[in-house]
Amino acid sequence: MSGNEKAAVSQAAPALNKRTWWQTFKKYRVLTLMCLPAIVFFFAFNYMPLPGIYVAFVKYNYRKGIFGSPFVGLKNFAFLAKSGKLLSLTRNTVLYNLAFIILGNVLAVFISIILNEVQSRWFKKVSQSMILLPYFISQVLVGILVYSLLNYDTGFVNSIRTSLGLDRWQPYADPLCWPWLMVLIYLWQNTGYNSVVYFAAICGIDSEMIEASEVDGANGFQKIRYIILPSLKPTIVILLLFALGGIVRGNFGLFYNIIGTNSLLYDTTDIIETYVYRATMTDFNFSTASAVGLYQSLIGFAIVMLANFTIKKIEPDYSLF
Amino acid sequence: MSTRKEEKAIEKIAFQNKKKIKVGASEMFIRALGYIVTTFYAVCCVLPFLIIIGTSFTSESVIRQEGVQLIPKEFTLRAYNMVCGSGAIWKSYALTIGMTVIGTFVGLMIIAMTGYALQRKDYPYRNVISFYIYFTSLFSAGLAPYYLLMTQTYHLKDNYLAVLLPLLMSPWLIILMKNFIKQIPHEITESGKIDGAGDMTIFLHLVLPMIKPALATIGLFLALGYWNEWYQSSLFLSSKVTVKPLQYTLYEIVNKLDQLRNSVAGQYVTVADIPSESIKMANAVLATGPIILLYPFVQKYFISGITVGAVKG
Repeated sequence: MSGNEKAAVSQAAPALNKRTWWQTFKKYRVLTLMCLPAIVFFFAFNYMPLPGIYVAFVKYNYRKGIFGSPFVGLKNFAFLAKSGKLLSLTRNTVLYNLAFIILGNVLAVFISIILNEVQSRWFKKVSQSMILLPYFISQVLVGILVYSLLNYDTGFVNSIRTSLGLDRWQPYADPLCWPWLMVLIYLWQNTGYNSVVYFAAICGIDSEMIEASEVDGANGFQKIRYIILPSLKPTIVILLLFALGGIVRGNFGLFYNIIGTNSLLYDTTDIIETYVYRATMTDFNFSTASAVGLYQSLIGFAIVMLANFTIKKIEPDYSLF
Repeated sequence: MSTRKEEKAIEKIAFQNKKKIKVGASEMFIRALGYIVTTFYAVCCVLPFLIIIGTSFTSESVIRQEGVQLIPKEFTLRAYNMVCGSGAIWKSYALTIGMTVIGTFVGLMIIAMTGYALQRKDYPYRNVISFYIYFTSLFSAGLAPYYLLMTQTYHLKDNYLAVLLPLLMSPWLIILMKNFIKQIPHEITESGKIDGAGDMTIFLHLVLPMIKPALATIGLFLALGYWNEWYQSSLFLSSKVTVKPLQYTLYEIVNKLDQLRNSVAGQYVTVADIPSESIKMANAVLATGPIILLYPFVQKYFISGITVGAVKG
């Protein structure tokens, strides 16, 4: 391109751009219209609450509203940090999530591999349906199931214990057993779904590759170690990344329906979500609740960005965006 | 050519024979482990449900003396008669079914339209809009500002819309739908355009019929969301609202037990105060049954559908 031509193009460009901008908009107006309900939806329910974050920086007064209440700066955050509440909530939330993510994926991969070795089609189908069942029920029902298994008076576990001549067990008064129980319950509810995802990924592996390994004399363990696990790697990494992004986001429904307002167990089971919910709905302490919520959102956002940045450096294919 | 094909066929047959005859010791071990572990795990998944069902058919006195039952010692329909007889549950059913049907249908249409537009490679705003939607899953205002907005700005307290609207869609479902529709060849849209069809016509008449598995999968996710809904109800429906969604009704029954749960081993409450276990269980069975019955009809699509979700957007 010669200098003259360039100049001509840059001169023509503004006018042309302006017209094409409007023309493009008009040309694709139907597609934009198709997106419009979603745009309005996310604006109304996800963007509109954002200015309300300001409530974290005021001493909220119901009659004065968010923006009329006295500004207190970072006082709400300072109070939470000083009392150690923020730290203990973060610790509980992150540790539970780590256990959920790591154990959940290990178990799901294990189940999916082992399910793949089962030959009978009928058996596969029935067992898949059975392990997906817990994923379909509401968290309210999970709370009921757990209670009916574990409660002191009529619980299933205690019925068995008494029939074996053992003492009754009282988990609803013992905070120390809950980390184990919560992880177990989480695995019970979610492993089925995750293992079906992994199972499908295994079914997608080129069968010639597996047959070739058999011809070469690979035994069952070698087949799993050198063919199936490496083929699952992308799925595992992506699912882990998705989960990692939500590491400071607790599973509110699970914890609230099982623990509820049983303050005996808060030490080991209170996560950010349950604390925020109680602060909002029971104490009407919107400023504190919002301070915790904002802290959570910021940390979560930073973690996603950091994780994505790191992944992009190492293996760009795995990055989320 | 043909000889090579034949060779291959012979090889394949030989291979299949080999496979039938010789199964290594490690293979046998893994297979046996597969049957045992899967059976054990599947039973663990189902057992709690059987206990709930068993207990719902057991008389209250047996539950008090001997605890919850897998197989009822004294079979009775009393709990079901009481729950169904009160009539409140039918209103809850009507409300839940209504919300599930309306919410799933409307949500599915919006998600499909948005997913279609956002996967069109020629659509210039697709990146901007995708990010606008995706951002909401990265950063949120949190519960308190959301609650204040819904109750004080939108005045949706005690309004069913506060339950119906927020569950219509999520960024994740839109990304899932987008990935589904991406798999349809772009030539479909092109051929529609050549025939002079507009974008909406192409979407309704050419694309929609091709994405039935996606509609089934995402529809099931939406339906599950509505059927299992208790959270928005607990935020926005106060005692002024008499008819509440099924799961929230169940939640309220459970919460009457909270006091009991907190007082250790219930030594401070009298027997008369304890809400009936069997009635709770009957409610649980009635509230959960229909959505589990729905599952076999969509299973075919669902299992193939959820795997697409693992593919990057």
